[in-house]
Amino acid sequence: MTIKYAYYPGCSLESLAREYNVSTRLVCQDLDIELVEIPDWNCCGAAPACQVDHMLSSALSARNLALAESFKLNVMAPCPKCFNRLKEADLEMKDNPDHLREINNLLEKPYHKGVQVKSLLQVLYQDVDRELISCRVKIPLEGLRVACYYGCMNARPADINDFQNPEDPTSMEEILAPLGAELVDYPLKTYCCGAAFGLARVDLVLRLANELLEMATLVGADVIAVACPLCQQNLDLRQLQVNARYGTRYNIPILYLTQLMGLAFGHSSKELWLDKHFVKFRKLPGATQAVSSGAR
Amino acid sequence: MRIGVFVCHCGSNIAGTVDCPRVVEAARGFPHVVYATDYTYLCAESGQDLIKTAIQEYSLDRVVVSSCSPKMHEETFRRAARQAGLNPYLVEMANIREQCSWIHSDKEAATRKAIDLVRKGVFKVSRDQELFPSFFKVNKDVLVIGGGIAGIQAALDAAQGGHRVTLVEKDQTIGGNMARLDKTFPTLDCSSCILTPRMVDVAVNESIELLAYHEVEEVKGYVGNFDVKIRRKATYVDWSKCTGCEECVGKCPARIYDKFNQGLGRTKAISLPFPQAVPKKVTIKKDFCHFFLKGKCRVCEKVCQFEAINFDDQDQIIERKVGAIVVATGYEAFDPIAYLEYGFGKYKDVITSLQYERMVSASGPTMGHIKRPSDGEEPKTIVFISCVGSRDRAKGRSYCSVACCMAMAKQAILTKEHIPDSTSYLFYIDIRAGGKGYEEFVDRAREEYGAQYVRGRVSKIYQKGKKLVVKGTDTLLGMPIEIEADLVVLAVGIAPPQDAPELAQKLNISYDQYGFFVESHPKLRPVETNTTGVFLAGACQAPMDIPASVAQGSAAAAKALGLLAKDELEASPIVASVEIKRCVGCFKCEAVCPFSAIQRQELRDGIMVSNVISTVCKGCGLCGVACPTGAIKVNGFTDEQILAEMEALLL
Repeated sequence: MTIKYAYYPGCSLESLAREYNVSTRLVCQDLDIELVEIPDWNCCGAAPACQVDHMLSSALSARNLALAESFKLNVMAPCPKCFNRLKEADLEMKDNPDHLREINNLLEKPYHKGVQVKSLLQVLYQDVDRELISCRVKIPLEGLRVACYYGCMNARPADINDFQNPEDPTSMEEILAPLGAELVDYPLKTYCCGAAFGLARVDLVLRLANELLEMATLVGADVIAVACPLCQQNLDLRQLQVNARYGTRYNIPILYLTQLMGLAFGHSSKELWLDKHFVKFRKLPGATQAVSSGAR
Repeated sequence: MRIGVFVCHCGSNIAGTVDCPRVVEAARGFPHVVYATDYTYLCAESGQDLIKTAIQEYSLDRVVVSSCSPKMHEETFRRAARQAGLNPYLVEMANIREQCSWIHSDKEAATRKAIDLVRKGVFKVSRDQELFPSFFKVNKDVLVIGGGIAGIQAALDAAQGGHRVTLVEKDQTIGGNMARLDKTFPTLDCSSCILTPRMVDVAVNESIELLAYHEVEEVKGYVGNFDVKIRRKATYVDWSKCTGCEECVGKCPARIYDKFNQGLGRTKAISLPFPQAVPKKVTIKKDFCHFFLKGKCRVCEKVCQFEAINFDDQDQIIERKVGAIVVATGYEAFDPIAYLEYGFGKYKDVITSLQYERMVSASGPTMGHIKRPSDGEEPKTIVFISCVGSRDRAKGRSYCSVACCMAMAKQAILTKEHIPDSTSYLFYIDIRAGGKGYEEFVDRAREEYGAQYVRGRVSKIYQKGKKLVVKGTDTLLGMPIEIEADLVVLAVGIAPPQDAPELAQKLNISYDQYGFFVESHPKLRPVETNTTGVFLAGACQAPMDIPASVAQGSAAAAKALGLLAKDELEASPIVASVEIKRCVGCFKCEAVCPFSAIQRQELRDGIMVSNVISTVCKGCGLCGVACPTGAIKVNGFTDEQILAEMEALLL
C-alpha cells in the first residue's frame, strides 16, 4: 500500500541541503511513500518573516497548506524549521477561528483546516513498518558506529512537535536500527548547534560544534546522522574551522539519515550526493566495498 | 404570617453598589412583610441584636436576611433567631454580596437585582416550615490511617485525651518517611533519635491498637458511627511468636529491592526494614520468596527457634467501629524517571535526595559512608538540583514541595561534615526558607560549610568518562555553566501516594489534581474535610515538613477530641425523606446518592421501597431530582419552595 504525502521541500532543500532532498525522495520511493511536491509552493515563513510580521509568516504557511489541501493530502516537510513553522501556523488556525478568518482574508484560496503536517522523522517513524525498512536493506551498515543528532527542532517545542520525549527522542535510532549499524548513545543529541548564528556569531557556532564533535569522538562515532540542514551545515562546513580554532583533528562525516538509509538500500554515493559534503564519507567499516564501488 | 426583612450594607461591600434603602423600600411592598430595615453590619453583635429585638417587638414569624453567602453567616443568623425564640429554619438568606454587589458595577441594575433576590427570599420563607434536628449516639473510638510522624502524633494525642485509638499502617513498621532521614533541619538532630521514642510510645500505649501491615479496605457509616473494614495482609510470620531476632534474615537466599532504603542496597525476602522498627517483626514478601516461587527453600522455617514461620498465612478482614477518622497517609518521593534530561535510572551516580539520606545515615546500606553507587568511590564534587518534580509545569507539577530547599541545605552541610575536602553545588530557582530558624540555617550552609548556590535550572546531565557533566545556566551571571560532578543528587518533590485517590473514594473525601486530600477551608478549617468526622494530618493534605506535620497531627487529634466530647451529635434536619406511598422502588435514588444514604426497605407485602438514613444524608438533593415519581423531597428545599423562588424571580 502506497502512502501519499504532499511534499514541502522548502528553501534549504533546494539549495544547501540538496542532498537531503535527493536522498529523501530516493528513500521514500524505496519505502512506497509517494511524494507529490506542492506546486508553486512558497517560503514557509520561518526566520526573517516570523520575526517581523506574525500575520505574514502565518499567511505564507497557510498558502502552502491550502495548496496541499486542494490535493486532499497531508504535508510532509523534511526541514525541521519548515515543519515547525507550518505546524505552528496550522495549530493556531485550528485553535483560533478569528485568526483563521484574518489569514483567509489575505489568501486567494482559503484554508479549511483539513491538513495534518508531519516531519520526515514522524513519517518514517509512524507510517513505515520497521520490517519494511529491513526488507529494503541490501548492504547492511555493519560495524558503522552512528551517533544520532536531533538538534533543537526535531523534538521541540514539545507542544508543537507532540512527538516523543523532547529530552531524549529515539525515533532516529529506531528508524536506523534495521540498517544494521551500531547506534551509539549520544548524550548531546538535543543540544544546540548554534543554528543561524553561523552568520552573526561564528565563534559561538564553533564552540558548540566543537563540543558536539568532541562528544561524538568520545562515544566512538564514525558518523553523525542528522535530520536538519542547519545541523548538517554547522557540523560539516565548520568542521575544518573548528579544527583550526581549537587545534583538533576531527574527521567525522555528517550524513542525513536518508543518506545512510540510501546507502543501505543500495544506492551509490553519487546518487546520494555524498560528494557534496566537506568532510568526506570515505570509510564505511565492514561495507567499504559498497561505497567505493557504488552499489548499482 | 409576619415576615421581617433585614438588608445589610456590609460596610461598602454591598452599599457601594446596591442602593440599600431602596431595597428596604421595595421589600416593604412584598406579601406578608410587616417590617423591613437596613443596617451597616448585621453580623456584628449590634446587628444580631437588631434582628432579635425586631422578632420580639413585631412578633415576626419569618425572617429574610439580605447580606452575604449563606456559607458565610447563615449559622450566625439562625442562632440569633433561635435566641429570639424563632425556629432557626424559618430564616432565609438572600445573597446580595457574592452574587450581586461584588460582581456588578452598574448600581441601578445591581439594585434591581438585589430587590429580585430579596423577593425570592420572601417567597421562599413564606413556604418554610419549622424543622427540628435529630440526635444520635457517638462512638468514642478514633481510627488513624498512616503511621508516619503525623499519624503517630495524632494517635498519641487522641489516646492521651482518653480515647481508644486504632492505628493502621500499610507498611510493616510505623515511622514513615521520617524514619528514612538521617538528620533534621534546622537543628541537625538525629531523625531516628527523636522519632523512635515516639514509635515506642505508640507500641506501649495501652489505648492504642497498632495494626501494622494492615490496610483500610472499606469505610461505611457516618460521623460518630463509622464501620471500617481493615485488611490484615498476610505476613507468613506469626507475630505473636516472632522476636525480631533476624536469624531468618541472615539465612534467606532471596535478595530483593530494598524499599526502605529506596533501592540503595538490597534486602531479603524475609526482613525487617530497619533495626528500630515498631513492631519489630519480620514479614515474608511472597512475590520474591523462593519457597513461594519455586516450592523449595523454607530455610527461615528451619532456623526460626520460635516456630514463627507460617507459610499458610492468609489475608484477613477485621472490622472496627469508630467515631472519627484521622487520615495521615503522608507522601512518596517524586519519581524523577520523567526527567530524561537528568538521566536518573540511566546513570548510577544520579540519585534522589531520599536515597542520599539513606546513604548518609549510619544505619543505611553504606553505614553512613558517602560513596558513588557506580564504583564505591568517595565523591568530591557533588551537585544538588532542587525542584525536581516541583514548580515545573512542563512535568505537570506546579506546586512547591516546601521541604526540599531546606533538606538540600542540610544535605550540603552533612556532605561537608562527611567529606571535608568536597564541594557542593546547589542549583536552585529560589531558596524558600520560611520557617523558624530556617533562613539562618541556609546562611550557615553557605557561610560555614561553603555550599555553592547557583541560581538556575540544570538542562542536561550526561556521562563523560567517570564524571557526570551537569549543564545549566547561572541566571544571576546570565552565563551557561558546566560542572563536572562525581555525584548528582536530585532534590525530589513531595508527591501523594499513588493510591491516595482510591483511599479518598473509600472515605468520601475530595482530592486535588495531584492526589492531595482537600481540606474543608484552606485557612479556617485546615485539618477538616467536607466529610464530617474525617480529619487530615501531614503531607497527605499538602507538602509539608516535620514541624508542620506534627502540628497538624495534634490539630487533627484536637478536632477529633472536640467532636467526640459529646455523647450525642445533632443531625441537620435538612435531609431527604421518602413518601412511601409514591415510591415505586426503582432505586434510581440509590444509584445517584454519593453518600450511600439510601437503604432498601421491605414493606409487609414484600414490596421494596427506598428509605433515607437521615444521619447519613447530607441533603444534597440529587435523589430528589432523580426520583421519577416525586416521592423524595428534601426538607427546606421542597418543590413548592423552589417553584416559589422561581415565581418570585421570573414573574
